[in-house]
Amino acid sequence: MVNKSKLPTAALVPPTQSSGSFRFVLEGALQAATLHQVWKESMHQVAAVPSGQGLILDASKVSYCDAAGIALIVAVEEALKKQGSPFELIGLDARYHRLLEQFTDRTFAQESSSKADCRHLAEVLGEGVVNLSKDAFALVSFVGELIIAVLWAIFHPRQLRWRDVFLTCENVGANALPIVALISFLIGLIIAFQAAIPLRQFGAQNFVADLVAVSLVRELGPLMTAIILAGRSGAAFAAEIGTMKVNEEINALTTMGLQPVRFLVVARVVSAVVMMPVLTIFSLLFGLIGGGIVYLSLGFSLVLYCHQLVGALDLADLAGGLFKGAVFGLLVAAVGCFRGLQTEIGASAVGLSTTRAVVSGITLIVIADGIFSVSFYLLGI
Amino acid sequence: MTNAAKSLIEVSGLSVVYGDYTVLKEVSFEVTAGEVFVILGGSGCGKSTLLKHMIGLYQPASGRVVIDGDDIVAREARDREAILRKIGVMYQSGALFGSMTLLENVSLPLEEFTQLDAAAIQLIARMKLKLVGLEKFADYMPAEISGGMQKRAAIARAMALDPSILFLDEPSAGLDPVTSAELDALIKNLAQNLGITFVVVTHELPSIFAIADRVIMLDKSTKGIVATGDPRVLKDQHEAPAVRRFFNREAA
Ligand SMILES: Nc1ncnc2c1ncn2[C@@H]1O[C@H](COP(=O)(O)OP(=O)(O)O)[C@@H](O)[C@H]1O
Ligand SMILES: [Mg+2]
Repeated sequence: MVNKSKLPTAALVPPTQSSGSFRFVLEGALQAATLHQVWKESMHQVAAVPSGQGLILDASKVSYCDAAGIALIVAVEEALKKQGSPFELIGLDARYHRLLEQFTDRTFAQESSSKADCRHLAEVLGEGVVNLSKDAFALVSFVGELIIAVLWAIFHPRQLRWRDVFLTCENVGANALPIVALISFLIGLIIAFQAAIPLRQFGAQNFVADLVAVSLVRELGPLMTAIILAGRSGAAFAAEIGTMKVNEEINALTTMGLQPVRFLVVARVVSAVVMMPVLTIFSLLFGLIGGGIVYLSLGFSLVLYCHQLVGALDLADLAGGLFKGAVFGLLVAAVGCFRGLQTEIGASAVGLSTTRAVVSGITLIVIADGIFSVSFYLLGI
Repeated sequence: MTNAAKSLIEVSGLSVVYGDYTVLKEVSFEVTAGEVFVILGGSGCGKSTLLKHMIGLYQPASGRVVIDGDDIVAREARDREAILRKIGVMYQSGALFGSMTLLENVSLPLEEFTQLDAAAIQLIARMKLKLVGLEKFADYMPAEISGGMQKRAAIARAMALDPSILFLDEPSAGLDPVTSAELDALIKNLAQNLGITFVVVTHELPSIFAIADRVIMLDKSTKGIVATGDPRVLKDQHEAPAVRRFFNREAA
């Protein structure tokens, strides 16, 4: 009868005069949940059998034996084989014996392949270079595809999926407004406050307004907005497209004759490029409000603040800032989609793509910002 | 079967409603210890739904599910864990963890719920994979193997802790006839030798005739059981023509 409740035990009986073999007696219910103690003891005791000495495994008192129990018997046999000792199994109930018989060839018991072997530095380095060049190649071909798809969209505006564009615009733009407003407001506040202290030493506190205006409009407004975009939407694009890739939805699109880039990427890039300048304007507005609060609290009037702003900025500054914003939007959206399309198989792959989308997005933003600074300077803007 | 009268799972008055759509109405049946119990029915009639309610994954609109004397519907989450330890489940889509190799998938429950050392867990997991014929693919990721292999790996994972009840949702769908027959033999073998009780959802007629001790057939229009019993008997003798058609594979 099957009795699953009796805890298993193992005992090693040394050889007697009549039989020259060790006897190893297993008793009770061998099952995964309660087997660990017996397993350890068995391995210990089997190791104590002198090599060449035979061992008889007596399983006649085993009341129940699941596949984990069978594994124990197999493990004992394997260990003995390594020691070169003969092994004999007696008394195992017929129905458990039938389970054991399924494991007569022991190919599975081999150690797993040496996949995680230590690798040579040159190998790692070489692989890195190859991966980098593959990545660069993929990026170039993606940019090419994207340009073609965008041109196609410009010439066939009716065939663009406008519903997707508007939906993405809402996600990228309208839904990002609260966080953009909050961050920009605080940045404006902080810059003004930090600037007020050193400027007071020169008696130039009313130039706080100029400083806030120029740094926000030319630099920080577009930059902060783009970084928020990378964290919110760049990551979302990569995750959406990556999940589609994992579910073979991208393959489905391709076999339906739809180009993934045209179908998925164009709408997202267009929305990001359209919404970034709008978000940047809001960012500037809230940043200037934040700076203004500090300015007013220094004892100046609102009229003076506005006067200083108008004096410090011209339309070219604003246009430059908004243009930067649009370019950042393009970079973030494109690289987000690119990383999404690069997603490999498995659930962790989507997480990896998302991370890479944000990292690449921010890197590209900073590189582009540097290029803008130099070229604006050379162009005298 | 010895002392077969003992019922292991008891489902009584189970009703399931998704939103305002009733999938199952007042379904009652019992599963006997050690038998292979098969749930049949056309696509979308609620077989997977019934299975998920039997394992306490979802809360039914009304009714009770008792597994081995414990009411799984009424239980607190902590008690439920003890019941869940007695069962293994293979989901229709396999539901293997995509970021782990097959070996890691099968090892996971052993690592979490037993105190065996790593070498023992490895050996047990490899033996489970061997049972389903996947010993060569232990180090593959789920995405790198075919759908049928994923199903077999999912069965290996469901068996990791040697549960006394195994729930399988369409195990042989999408498998070739040979593999499918091997799987049937495996189920039969485990049921006879280890006394594991099986609750299997399947459409495959050859499988049904090969493994089933008893079947229930669900129907979409009555939202309940239309036939119950031995498939070999139902095939010729059931009074409803729809049931006979199902078993004889005839068009309506
Ligand atoms: N999570 C869910 N929410 C709403 N409806 C569902 C859900 N799961 C299944 N259904 C519906 O319940 C019915 C039965 O589904 P299911 O149990 O999966 O059928 P099958 O018998 O093919 O396994 C179907 O009509 C399906 O649309
Ligand atoms: Mg189903």
